[in-house]
Amino acid sequence: MNLEFTPEEIAFREEVRAFIEENYPKELAGSGTREDLSREQFLAWHKVLGKKGWSVPAWPVKYGGTGWTSTQKYIWGEENARVDAIMPLPFGVSMVAPVIYTFGNEEQKAKHLPGIRSGEVWWCQGYSEPGAGSDLASVKTTAVRDGDHYVINGQKTWTTLAQHADWGFFLCRTDPTAKAQEGISFILVDMKTPGIEVRPIKLIDGTHEVNETWLTDVRVPVENLVGEENKGWTYAKFLLAHERSGIAGVARSKRGIERLRDIAAKETVDGVPLIETPDFARKISQLEIDLTTLEFTELRTLASEAAGKGPGPESSILKVKGTEVQQRLTELTLEAVNHYGAPYAYGMEATGNGAGIGPDYADYAAETYFNMRKTSIYGGSNEIQRNIITKMILGL
Amino acid sequence: MDFNFTEEQGMLRDSLAKMIRDQYDFDTRRKVVASAEGWRKHMWMQFAELGLMMAPFSEEDGGLGGGPIDAMVVMEEFGKGLVVEPYVPSVVCGGGFLKRGTDAQKEEYLSGVMSGENIFAFAYAEPRGRYNLADLETTAKKDGSGFVINGHKAVVIGAPWATHLIVTARTSGGRRDVNGVTVFVVEKSAPGITTRDYPTVDGRRASEVYFENVSVGGEAVIGDVDNGLPLIELVSDEAIAALCAEACGAMKVAQNMTVEYSRQRKQFGTPIGKFQVLQHRMVDMFMEAEQSVSMTYMATLKLDEDTVTRKKAASAAKVRIGQGGRFVGQQAIQIHGGMGMTDELAVGHYFKRLTMIDSEFGNVDHHLKRYTDLSAGAVPVAAE
Ligand SMILES: Cc1cc2nc3c(=O)[nH]c(=O)nc-3n(C[C@H](O)[C@H](O)[C@H](O)COP(=O)(O)OP(=O)(O)OC[C@H]3O[C@@H](n4cnc5c(N)ncnc54)[C@H](O)[C@@H]3O)c2cc1C
Ligand SMILES: Cc1cc2nc3c(=O)[nH]c(=O)nc-3n(C[C@H](O)[C@H](O)[C@H](O)COP(=O)(O)OP(=O)(O)OC[C@H]3O[C@@H](n4cnc5c(N)ncnc54)[C@H](O)[C@@H]3O)c2cc1C
Repeated sequence: MNLEFTPEEIAFREEVRAFIEENYPKELAGSGTREDLSREQFLAWHKVLGKKGWSVPAWPVKYGGTGWTSTQKYIWGEENARVDAIMPLPFGVSMVAPVIYTFGNEEQKAKHLPGIRSGEVWWCQGYSEPGAGSDLASVKTTAVRDGDHYVINGQKTWTTLAQHADWGFFLCRTDPTAKAQEGISFILVDMKTPGIEVRPIKLIDGTHEVNETWLTDVRVPVENLVGEENKGWTYAKFLLAHERSGIAGVARSKRGIERLRDIAAKETVDGVPLIETPDFARKISQLEIDLTTLEFTELRTLASEAAGKGPGPESSILKVKGTEVQQRLTELTLEAVNHYGAPYAYGMEATGNGAGIGPDYADYAAETYFNMRKTSIYGGSNEIQRNIITKMILGL
Repeated sequence: MDFNFTEEQGMLRDSLAKMIRDQYDFDTRRKVVASAEGWRKHMWMQFAELGLMMAPFSEEDGGLGGGPIDAMVVMEEFGKGLVVEPYVPSVVCGGGFLKRGTDAQKEEYLSGVMSGENIFAFAYAEPRGRYNLADLETTAKKDGSGFVINGHKAVVIGAPWATHLIVTARTSGGRRDVNGVTVFVVEKSAPGITTRDYPTVDGRRASEVYFENVSVGGEAVIGDVDNGLPLIELVSDEAIAALCAEACGAMKVAQNMTVEYSRQRKQFGTPIGKFQVLQHRMVDMFMEAEQSVSMTYMATLKLDEDTVTRKKAASAAKVRIGQGGRFVGQQAIQIHGGMGMTDELAVGHYFKRLTMIDSEFGNVDHHLKRYTDLSAGAVPVAAE
């Protein structure tokens, strides 16, 4: 056991920091926690990293991964969080790509991996349905074989940022007679295929982050099936495990605490900086202790992964605790800005908006707090994660 | 001891509940909130016709002879319907100051509050004052028999709709001194007042209000010059009791909606309400909502007791409601799953309102400290 960075790791940190400082798009500085970005804004940094060869550090080297050690990846995460970088979205890079390079065929790898790496192609995740949320295995969307095509019918929902998507990966039922988990297939769909309609869902913070995705007689070539027919649940679960790693969001929360400290130093209570009032100082300390706990739990998990064990049910701890920290952070940030949380930054055309009212740091404080309630719901809700621990670890 | 409502209060509640049910359904509210005006003047006038604005005032003052309990009844229904019209700013705060003003002030303004024609907003918060009502950078300098007001008031709820403002300003002493604070009533259209209006995250409207050499006469002072703080604290405590009642209404609805949703929503072949972990969570929500009601009654009933008792009661209730509102709001979203995150469902709007109530008139920490200081006898009290 050893917590010191080696001289090589320190040099690596310097290299990474210099690269970010030089290349991170200036106009995007500080907007990494916003939800209302354009496609170009979301992809800008991804594209820079693609050119540098750093967009997909976790992939195997032969597909474009960097071969970094977990310590290097940790440093990479921290340095990006320092500038609130808008990181490559997970749907392509860390969800569908691992499924494609693990279970896909050579044509699929050649066709899809380069676009994911470079940031040219945007992917969305078509798992959830109105009737299939926590009980994902109950998906009803069907894919029926018709010659060399599948014909897909059904409705997906909560499809994050599908309004920008070029491709999507969908769980579809290919054997309606089999037991729930056994008749599902994992199919890649070009989002421009006729019969796909993406309808916006507005969330409580006012942003358009998710969508309903309706599929009516969507004809998809059979070669878009990944792996074997009716084995999709295996791939879906494999993907969920990948979705969970990194979900702890340690580096980003560290940066969030720094930002909270800055705010609490500027806000005053009866002339005393908020950060010096015992009540608030202790809340920040508590949060920092929770975050440190999370960090070392994640480092332990990474170490056991590096030792050859895949992400196990223990990563459910990271999901639960990581999202609790993220939510608490936004809660304290809103508390810190007090009444200036009220102006509605997004607003609407008819109403005008409250952006720029009060100190800069108060913008989006309430909106972000509202939005982050999603984290204990998506990616397997925190109740489901606790069920997984109950079943898989406690054996109850 | 008696926790029953009078017959009049029961009738007021029933007819208000009916009016809100008929004319304030969630879709209508959404449209109103998204409109340029952000409220409905005609709805406000209907509330006035129903007697809501007159209810809490004495018959002497032209009211119906009620008091804070009537305001509580009204605000609980407002909370259930997520009503955005400015009852607390105009009736509880505006009316609360004016009924303690001079006969001339009552004559000039209070009847208008009761008819609904005068709409008040309470400009007390400042950009750097946080929740300390005496932490004022807005000044009112003596000028002949009147005053000249300069300053910036922050997040004045309901100000875009207001015809008049109640303004707190420093007339002497240093920033945060308990003495030297004075309350003024001004017309919002007075020369030198400008506003920047905006929507709030919970569907209301507010303004930043700027005063630049705004001249007012001596008759604009409510209460005593330099000794306005006790009155400000009293009216703020009344506003707290009313906000607590609003939160109770919102909590009850959010909790009921969640129970109902858990009955309808099926996953794994069973209603999610059958999962014991969610059952217990909903029981906790229920207990929080009930306890909030208890504390709201307590604070409302103690508004006319001695100053320290009243302040402690208001702070205690605000702490309980802040904590309960947060729990109920967050869990309502959680148990609704993805649906809870949507703008389309009402539950998220209850969550947002409950969140923001905590930041009005002092949050949990502020009131926990105020309560602690009062218990220790450590609060500087202005000469009364
Ligand atoms: C902002 C956002 C983005 C999303 N993005 C995507 C996306 O890109 N692609 C995609 O496919 N999906 C996405 N989702 C969907 C997400 O994964 C689901 O919302 C999630 O799986 C929960 O499903 P549900 O919303 O149907 O809630 P439900 O499953 O109906 O759950 C409701 C409540 O019941 C609880 N519950 C359910 N089962 C149990 C149980 N057995 N024991 C105890 N409690 C239980 C849940 O924890 C929750 O509190 C997104 C969701 C959100 C909110
Ligand atoms: C976009 C998305 C992301 C997700 N991310 C993850 C993830 O990262 N990890 C993950 O594991 N899941 C995730 N889920 C949830 C996933 O859908 C499944 O709930 C989970 O993987 C278990 O699936 P299962 O149907 O095989 O398990 P099942 O054995 O059918 O059980 C599912 C869960 O429900 C509970 N359960 C089932 N029936 C009952 C009952 N009658 N009473 C009480 N409890 C019951 C079980 O304890 C278990 O926790 C995600 C879902 C979506 C839509």
